[in-house]
Amino acid sequence: MSTMTANTMTRTHAEQTWLQKNRMIVTPLMFLLPGTLFFAVYVIIPIFQSFHISLYDWDGLGEASYIGLDNYRELATDRAFETSLWNNVKWLALYLLAIPVGLFIALFLNQNVVGIRLYKSLFFFPFVLSQVVVGLVFSWFYLPREGLLNNIITAIGFDSINILGDPTLATYGIIAAGLWPQTAYCMILYLTGLNAVDPEQVEAGRLDGAKGWKMLWYVILPQLKPATFIAFVVTIIGALRSFDLISIMTNGGPFGSTRVLSFYMFEKALGEYGFRMGYGSAIAVVLFMIMLIFIAYFLYSMWRDERDARH
Amino acid sequence: MFPTPIEKRSRAVQVTYQSLLPIALIMWLLPLIAVMVFSIRPSADFSNGNYWGVPSSFEFVANYGRVFFESDMPRYLLNSVLITVPTVVGAVALSCMTGFALGIYRFRGNLLIFFMFIAGNFVPFQILMVPVRDLTVGMGLYDTKLGLVLFHIAFQTGFCTLFMRNFIRALPYELIEAARVEGVAEWRIFWFVVLPLMRPAIAALSVLIFTFIWNDYFWAIVLTQGPDAQPVTAGITSFNSQYVAQYHLMSAGSIVAAIPPVAIFFMMQKHFIAGLTLGAVK
Repeated sequence: MSTMTANTMTRTHAEQTWLQKNRMIVTPLMFLLPGTLFFAVYVIIPIFQSFHISLYDWDGLGEASYIGLDNYRELATDRAFETSLWNNVKWLALYLLAIPVGLFIALFLNQNVVGIRLYKSLFFFPFVLSQVVVGLVFSWFYLPREGLLNNIITAIGFDSINILGDPTLATYGIIAAGLWPQTAYCMILYLTGLNAVDPEQVEAGRLDGAKGWKMLWYVILPQLKPATFIAFVVTIIGALRSFDLISIMTNGGPFGSTRVLSFYMFEKALGEYGFRMGYGSAIAVVLFMIMLIFIAYFLYSMWRDERDARH
Repeated sequence: MFPTPIEKRSRAVQVTYQSLLPIALIMWLLPLIAVMVFSIRPSADFSNGNYWGVPSSFEFVANYGRVFFESDMPRYLLNSVLITVPTVVGAVALSCMTGFALGIYRFRGNLLIFFMFIAGNFVPFQILMVPVRDLTVGMGLYDTKLGLVLFHIAFQTGFCTLFMRNFIRALPYELIEAARVEGVAEWRIFWFVVLPLMRPAIAALSVLIFTFIWNDYFWAIVLTQGPDAQPVTAGITSFNSQYVAQYHLMSAGSIVAAIPPVAIFFMMQKHFIAGLTLGAVK
């Protein structure tokens, strides 16, 4: 690269303008400007604004009054906040099931039989549906009288259960609905990953007598590491972002038992319980801080790959 | 290939596998199949308690006809198109540029800006909600499609930049060097050398962003509120309150709302999957 720059410089040194001389700086700046500006105004700056708003008592219309950390103190004693936080933990833990189940389905479908391509796309298909539709589909599936699930359950002789009406079960019912598209996503990640598995290593493993689980654990999984990483990222982000399903399936109920932080925040800031922008922002800040732990880890892994790639 | 290819196994295993496939698929899609069956039933079936027996008549045309001609559904669908298409164009255009700048040039802060885009792309929506809503109201764009489009473009630029930059990084750098030796101006390198090579990335991102934006619900309810601007994901809830407990119509409505991204997916599957794997798993 240096020889090339030297060439151009000797060739046109005299008639070079300031713009031409600095083009390796000016060009990227000009290309970055519109995108970065947009992103800063709508994403980066609002993050800091939310931190700021969380220190105020504000209804979104009138005068905001500064109250320091009072919103956060209130959170510490807020039972609904505690429920939401716990539900977030449940979402995180159970959502991770999408990864092994996705891997299992991918292994099941990784064959060359007639029509397998169509099977793969049909298995993947739930991911393309909007969460709103998934939520509706599952709430009808769970209906106590009309729902297919309860018709099956009663047909084999059990009592029908009202999953979404039962405070102890409702959250699990919603998570199950969320797992459906999420598992499909992980499955496709693994299917693509399995395509790239080195056949020679598999053969070598076979010669060494590796079979079944051993082969999977020692030969295949290490090669699927990039797929697993992305599956982790999208599953964790997905679990913490859950909002649509809760809003559609239970609207936080029964008795607020299915709230998560993202939903509770919306309820406080824009929902029927009034416009408490400051308090809502405080909840959002807590959610953001939880997410930040994961974001920092993801960025660190990506930075490490980036650094290794340069050498 | 792992697991062992089925054609190398015994005949019995092959037959079991072939018959397990459709069974597994039906179980996997059961909730969806249930909704499809609901959507072609007459309303009489629901009042008679005939939820899962053979439908007393097939009312496909009648049910879907009512969705299209007796509700606001077509309007919501049109809104969705008018929100989704400009967003796709805007986000892809902006990220082609940011991706080019971050993928080709070496300057201080390159990695920092890149990581800012990635990090921003992962934040919870709620931390942006109050300020973005204020900003939109302040610009007089609350409850307009434009307000929603501007936000979506900005937010999706994060993900698109991640994708585009990595894609451009993988292009042969010699091509750009060769062009520079020829004395080609930098913006012409972008337009005539890099952009043509980015076609597969542009296709993958467009399909993916189309689905993401079409399926967005949160921002639709934060930034819009009526049939004038609301996309179909938000509109479906008003549709459902119009037809409370009429499951045959509600089912038909949600299937209609789901069709466009599903159609795009089946038409452009290869691109879609390339996009989903972030280009990282090849």
